[in-house]
Amino acid sequence: MAELKLREPLIFELSRPGRRAPSQIPPPHDAAARASAQIPPHLRRSRPPALPEVSELQVVRHFTRLSQMNFSIDSHFYPLGSCTMKYNPKACNSYAMLPEFLARHPLAPEPQGFLACMYELQEMLKEITGMQGVSLTPMAGAQGEFAGVAMIRAYHQGRGDGARTEIIVPQAAHGTNPATAAMCGCSVKEVACDKNGDIDLEALRAAAGPATAGIMLTNPSTLGVFEHRIMEVARIVHDAGGLLYYDGANLNAILGKVRPGDMGFDVIHMNLHKTFSTPHGGGGPGSGAVGVGPRLLPFLPIPLAGRQDGRHRWLGEADLPQSIGRLSGFMGNAGVNLRAYIYMRMLGREGMVRVAQFATLNANYLMSRLIQAGYEAAYPQRRASHEFIVTLRQESRTYQVTAMDVAKRLLDHGFHAPTTYFPLLVPECLLIEPTETETKEELDHFCDAMIAIRREMEQDPEKLRTAPHTMPVRRLDDVRAAKQLDLAFKPAGMNA
Amino acid sequence: MPYIPHTPEDIERMLAVIGAPSIDALFDEIPAALKAGPLEGVPAALCEMEVARLMSERAAADGRLLNFIGAGAYEHHIPAPVWAIATRGEFYSAYTPYQAEASQGTLQLIYEFQSMICALTGMEVANASLYDGASALAEACLMAVRANRGADARRILLPRNVNPTYRKVAQAITHHQGLEFETVDFERRSGRMCLEALQARGGEGCAALIVQQPNFFGTVEEVDALTDWAHAQRLLLIAVVNPTSLACLKAPGEWGGDPDKRGADIVCGEGQPLGVPLASGGPYFGFMATRMQHVRQMPGRIVGRTLDAQGRPGFALTLQAREQHIRRSKATSNICTNQGLMVTAATIYMSLLGAAGLAGVAGACAQRTAELVRALSRIDGVREAFESPRFHEAVLSLDRPAGPVLAALAERGIAGGLDLAPSHPELGHAILVCATETKTDADVEAYARALGALLGAA
Repeated sequence: MAELKLREPLIFELSRPGRRAPSQIPPPHDAAARASAQIPPHLRRSRPPALPEVSELQVVRHFTRLSQMNFSIDSHFYPLGSCTMKYNPKACNSYAMLPEFLARHPLAPEPQGFLACMYELQEMLKEITGMQGVSLTPMAGAQGEFAGVAMIRAYHQGRGDGARTEIIVPQAAHGTNPATAAMCGCSVKEVACDKNGDIDLEALRAAAGPATAGIMLTNPSTLGVFEHRIMEVARIVHDAGGLLYYDGANLNAILGKVRPGDMGFDVIHMNLHKTFSTPHGGGGPGSGAVGVGPRLLPFLPIPLAGRQDGRHRWLGEADLPQSIGRLSGFMGNAGVNLRAYIYMRMLGREGMVRVAQFATLNANYLMSRLIQAGYEAAYPQRRASHEFIVTLRQESRTYQVTAMDVAKRLLDHGFHAPTTYFPLLVPECLLIEPTETETKEELDHFCDAMIAIRREMEQDPEKLRTAPHTMPVRRLDDVRAAKQLDLAFKPAGMNA
Repeated sequence: MPYIPHTPEDIERMLAVIGAPSIDALFDEIPAALKAGPLEGVPAALCEMEVARLMSERAAADGRLLNFIGAGAYEHHIPAPVWAIATRGEFYSAYTPYQAEASQGTLQLIYEFQSMICALTGMEVANASLYDGASALAEACLMAVRANRGADARRILLPRNVNPTYRKVAQAITHHQGLEFETVDFERRSGRMCLEALQARGGEGCAALIVQQPNFFGTVEEVDALTDWAHAQRLLLIAVVNPTSLACLKAPGEWGGDPDKRGADIVCGEGQPLGVPLASGGPYFGFMATRMQHVRQMPGRIVGRTLDAQGRPGFALTLQAREQHIRRSKATSNICTNQGLMVTAATIYMSLLGAAGLAGVAGACAQRTAELVRALSRIDGVREAFESPRFHEAVLSLDRPAGPVLAALAERGIAGGLDLAPSHPELGHAILVCATETKTDADVEAYARALGALLGAA
């Protein structure tokens, strides 16, 4: 697998004083000077900002070369657990970027075409999740979580039960869960999992009580297994007066197979940039749509897309007076939601179920092959959901090789590494999620690489400890990055 | 079944390896009672051709209006290379750079972005983005309370001439952490903040003062006096700024007349003007910058430059102990995914324009808006609301309610501006208008003619 070995200077290092891309500067050419003259001198900029001075070709070449230093779904198998790195269809991008969609100002009169897509997206998400209402406004999973917990608090406060400020989370929960609880003024109560990876029901019974606002759960869990006593979990928490929040990061495993509303959840957030294949973009933009059952309907964050007498409009403060409010300047990541809509129209009702089926088939196949190759699965007796965990705790003792080392060596084999060290509960772990869009051959190539790495553990472990060897850079010094902070380029001769 | 490549033979061989009789068997841990029925509410699948047709019809239903609305989202020309490059698969379908060695492209780009935001704002360190300008302000308020230990206060002074939606979002997001927002009025004549009112109130019980520059009405604030006042009262100064305007307005890092206490403490804003299309409101991105002394209180991802095992420079996410995946309930924020692709576009945009290009755009916007205001003010029943220096937006007072006027303009294909009655009833019948570099003389004349006809006809 040939990698482009590139070294690319900073764009600032390519700059030369006076160099421009003149076709990008609009007329009239003295506008800048004339406009400046209208501003009182003490409010004017004293020196131009130190932005690059390069030609258009230099820009194109620089960023093209930077792109060639990235792994991406388009170029590499990317089994990053919990991230659902499935193919991002080009069609979703092309049709979301039709000029009329791009040109629409958010405060212009309500666009009937775009709003019809948003309304229908809400309806499809309701159907898939078994919920009664959906808001598309949260801009990522974490904001969706915030909305969910804020709605739970609003619900209890509305019933005069404002003392409920504890959120129960499993020990294996994603870090956003406790961070979100804190942002909502809640404290966190952790509950352990048993050896099968299920939540410990006794511990849950002890934890749930009059101070419980709710529980935040993912199902399948972050351990990659289905919490099959979920109805019991729901009963325990509901009986104690709390509500159930579903972290939808793992929705890909059960899409069309199980509906969170049917499992007893009161609120769910979905990661449209995972399950519904909107682009990962190097770290976003995402979309964390939330769905609610009847108890939380009045509190949904606004705006919602509404339809009345065949016309679409935004529903705002007047329509939902008890809403937890607005989370974005406009309606959230509109273009991301549009891409999710296009994807869902292409999947259709039959396609939804197949997503879960083949994501699960691929995960179980990969898990079986890796176990057969000598790796240890964290929960070998359980079915994998759409992802599974391999633990390298034995290997780390025997060969002094870590999950990080294996991850870095996988890069040399042309695979993006799985998620490492999450969930924190399992030592030296790799969380592996192939997704449904990968072929059997790609999975087999990945196994070949893992088998070769296993051989290297025995024969040449130092190769693993110093991996990667073929990337544009060798292993990076994270300690130095945090201690000797270099967070912005400083032009020579200028202060900060 | 789109995007799923398995043949019947693949399925058979895979099930054999697993030792399961069928795909359904892989779901045998799920209680039968939970298995969903068919998704009746989801329509049947469309092939790509059919979906292309559908989306084309939906887009046509939206049509295109001649746009004169700003109010937090600005129509600018986006150079062709921006999205040609940003939609390259290596940027579009990559994820958060957790494996730094395989993500040097994204990481270097973010480092360049952080550098450019620092250059524009005059600050020392910037993050890799937040969701949008409104939520960035909410995070800035939380950060100010964390950072201003001396104040032991959770009150933030929020002027009425800051974007009203930003106020709503800040309240919604910070509500449960005990922050309070206190309103500061503006002068009716100038549209600007009232320094005398601030001086009369004093800084008691407050952690920070927010100043939007230019403010929501488009007028340019006396930022030096406001910054000096805030610092003298031991408040942090949160600056909310428009990035295009920073080509010609003083950088927030330089605000203040007192050389010892110079500069805003936290800067945030909406990055959409930098190469991101209007697109009905998103995705956009929020930017945030601050001084090094506050970096550990700043939320969001940060990329740092470091060395690799062979001493060569490389880039990695850093200071991750602030973030949710390490600090969990004690994190600065719960933010995980941010707005990576928009940051990619913005970095390419800023590289193409450079300082000269951005100044050209800023200047053209200021000039076009000045012409628009002149042309519309000539109409009977229209006058400028504020006599103050402005950037690229202005408030116009009308002699009748703005709602029906704007609706009638829309029917003529013109998005004439934002009705200010819902947010600022004290201004009477008023609209907020904006003309960017994209508006020609003919566009301005078309608006003036249409408005003149409407107001004259009644």
